[in-house]
Amino acid sequence: MDPSRRVQFRIWRGDKNGGAFQNYEMNVSEGMVVLDCVHRIQAEQAPDLACRWNCKAGKCGSCSAEINGKPCLMCMTRMDTLPPDQVVTVEPMRSFPSIRDLVTDVSWNFRVKKKIKPFKPRKPDNADGSWTMFQEDIDRVQEFRKCIECFLCQDVCHVVRDHHKEEEFIGPRFLMYTAALEMHPLDTEDRLADLKDRDGIGYCNITKCCTKVCPEHIGITDNAIIPMKERVVDQFYDPLTRLFRMFKGK
Amino acid sequence: MHEHDVIVIGAGGAGLRAAIEASAAGVKVGVICKSLLGKAHTVMAEGGMAAAMGNVDDRDNWEVHFADTMRGGQYLNNPIMVEHHAKEAPARVLELESWGAVFDRTKEGKILQRNFGGHRYPRLAHVGDRTGLELIRTLQDHGIHQGMEVFMEMTVVSLLTTGGRISGVLGYDRERGRMRIWKAKAVIMATGGIGKSFSVTSNSWECTGDGHSLAYHAGAELMDMEFVQFHPTGMVWPPSVRGILVTEGVRGEGGVLRNSEGKRFMFDDVPEAYRNQVAKDEEEGWRYVCGDKNANRPPELLTRDHVARCINREIKAGRGSPHGGVFLDIGWIKEKIPNASEHIKRKLPSMYHQFMQLAGVDITQERMEVGPTTHYVMGGVAVDGDTQMSCVPGLFAAGEVTAGLNGANRLGGNSLSDLIVFGKLAGEHAAKFVKSNAAVEVDPAQVEAKTRAIEAPFERPNGENPYAIQQDLQNTMQDLVGIVRTQKEMESALVKLDQFKARLKNVGVSGHREYNPGWHTAIDLPCMLTVSESITRSALERKESRGAQFREDYPDKSAECGTFNLVAKKAPDGSMQVSRRPVVPMRSDLKAVIEKMK
Repeated sequence: MDPSRRVQFRIWRGDKNGGAFQNYEMNVSEGMVVLDCVHRIQAEQAPDLACRWNCKAGKCGSCSAEINGKPCLMCMTRMDTLPPDQVVTVEPMRSFPSIRDLVTDVSWNFRVKKKIKPFKPRKPDNADGSWTMFQEDIDRVQEFRKCIECFLCQDVCHVVRDHHKEEEFIGPRFLMYTAALEMHPLDTEDRLADLKDRDGIGYCNITKCCTKVCPEHIGITDNAIIPMKERVVDQFYDPLTRLFRMFKGK
Repeated sequence: MHEHDVIVIGAGGAGLRAAIEASAAGVKVGVICKSLLGKAHTVMAEGGMAAAMGNVDDRDNWEVHFADTMRGGQYLNNPIMVEHHAKEAPARVLELESWGAVFDRTKEGKILQRNFGGHRYPRLAHVGDRTGLELIRTLQDHGIHQGMEVFMEMTVVSLLTTGGRISGVLGYDRERGRMRIWKAKAVIMATGGIGKSFSVTSNSWECTGDGHSLAYHAGAELMDMEFVQFHPTGMVWPPSVRGILVTEGVRGEGGVLRNSEGKRFMFDDVPEAYRNQVAKDEEEGWRYVCGDKNANRPPELLTRDHVARCINREIKAGRGSPHGGVFLDIGWIKEKIPNASEHIKRKLPSMYHQFMQLAGVDITQERMEVGPTTHYVMGGVAVDGDTQMSCVPGLFAAGEVTAGLNGANRLGGNSLSDLIVFGKLAGEHAAKFVKSNAAVEVDPAQVEAKTRAIEAPFERPNGENPYAIQQDLQNTMQDLVGIVRTQKEMESALVKLDQFKARLKNVGVSGHREYNPGWHTAIDLPCMLTVSESITRSALERKESRGAQFREDYPDKSAECGTFNLVAKKAPDGSMQVSRRPVVPMRSDLKAVIEKMK
């Protein structure tokens, strides 16, 4: 890349009362990511430009934003992957209420998590208080536990973004969180009734938008949500199981 | 005004573990964190947590871990803390499993443990190279159901004391910019590190040494501040990622260091204390990586201070990589094992992605360019080794902000276990303290004075840009108090630090108080200055090279300097005084352990 390349940025500035895009211009050099550019603008042109960030290495999930309309982490989006000679648009995640500039109110996510029944392990297998688990039994759960809680999947999900079903739907992040608990080899809790009735798993119509934006490349839809939908169906709608439950009086 | 029994400042591993413990003891707990919950710097820890469980090598036990940690710390550690740590870490790791953590497994279905620098046996419980994420998420998901109240995106600016005792804390919420007071009978400091005082660092914006500074100004002592760990392997290219950590796990899995001539230079310089524990040749080193119990470790897995200095030497001698580092090569293991690419991606997934995405380097095929990066501070608040309380009644500390466990140098993997061992102890003893001590009233004069001070930058909209001072400070510390130190350079650093203090009086910010990063930086600066001064003054006073401190003018270890720790304390006139304190004596049974492990 030409080290002296000038790039134009359109960054959304504002708060809950509204805002507008503002234009900035700066030199971009090799290897820079969008977050570097936002920091440079902050340090040299707009010291009060608000953005969240922590690790700068795609591990903490703080710097989520929408770059040229696509939800992604600013710290992992290299400038040389964006179309050259085009203005770069940076705006906050649009599904969440604005706080200021690129910072949004993501507190809904923290409230949702608290509602989900916590991990409840079976009694330890061994006298020293430990359990025996094999790697092949935990591979799937470990995939879900890679989640960095950037909430990009929540941002892009149309049930939240377009239909604002926040009160009836927990979103892909927490459907997957529930799946990780349900598939944990040690867990003894049952969350399927909650998934069906309270958490709105039925709202998901598997468009896989969440999977596409996941910076950790987790198979959210295929590996977490669809298996949970299947378990819900098996438990509550399968005629044989229903018959069986009728006789057992449950 | 909020009222709690215990306020925990910081929500990384130590803070959350402390809050869980205090909540379990039935006291009212509040947790204040600068970021969102679950984003603290713990999330960045990669390699694992050290605990002598003996799952991979049954020769391991707490005595070996104790001796390894003392040797790594060059015997300036507090042996009482090292003993707690070595004995209690395995139980703390198992406890995480009972709270839902999912560690990688051995073939027998136990928690897998990996090799790391300075640890004699494979000892690090881990999850690929994202162990910190697993730790923080487990504590977070368990903690939110334990009754603690969490205050996110808030910064503490002062500890309030009345009659020398903790009475509460003063802070502001970053979102709205409003001041808040939390009344508390006890405070647990768990604020982490200080890396932002240097320009090349693996640390995030949060690591501005707030806890070190808050405790110091409240009357606590800062010990061992000269010992700043420069991790040998940070990314060096492209410039925007300079400093980001490359886990020691790469070397644990067989990665080797080479200079521009292709030479594996770490075999050239093995310190005497480790000679019996290091592989004689490359072949033996590889056998160690593969788990051969009769082989010694490759020299790349020597302690971090030593590896960092060797890298520095190669670079200075003109044998560095194109962008001023050396080469770290993991791809070479394809000569040894089939499916090496897949193996590397499974063992080091986030390293693979980090290099692929940020540097365009495929680590399964190409060599990484790496160089030292400011990573960790061994020094911090001096505490009682059993209770974690500082000399200020009611002020406790745990984790990186605390001194004592690591002495002159920390072994990789000991920090995550530090968080859960001492987080628990601090929570337990803080809860005990509040049960036997009544609350004291907050002093309104302190609140008023501090509030005025932090609001002052708004009165100078045309004052100096805080980012400019921050950058100059970082460059000063990096250049003059970095990996190789001299008296002359550090004295000139002190002069500059005085100039920064003067410039700070004229710092100005524009805009309003809501989520204003310029203002936040202006508030962080005094903390960074206090920390920088304590590092510089302590480093000047320690006229030797030991552990993480390397003095070009005193290149050898001195027996006399091995008898004391250095303690920085605020004098009545407001100046910083550094004095010597004899190291905590070792009990005879612990001495015997050291002898046995030699």
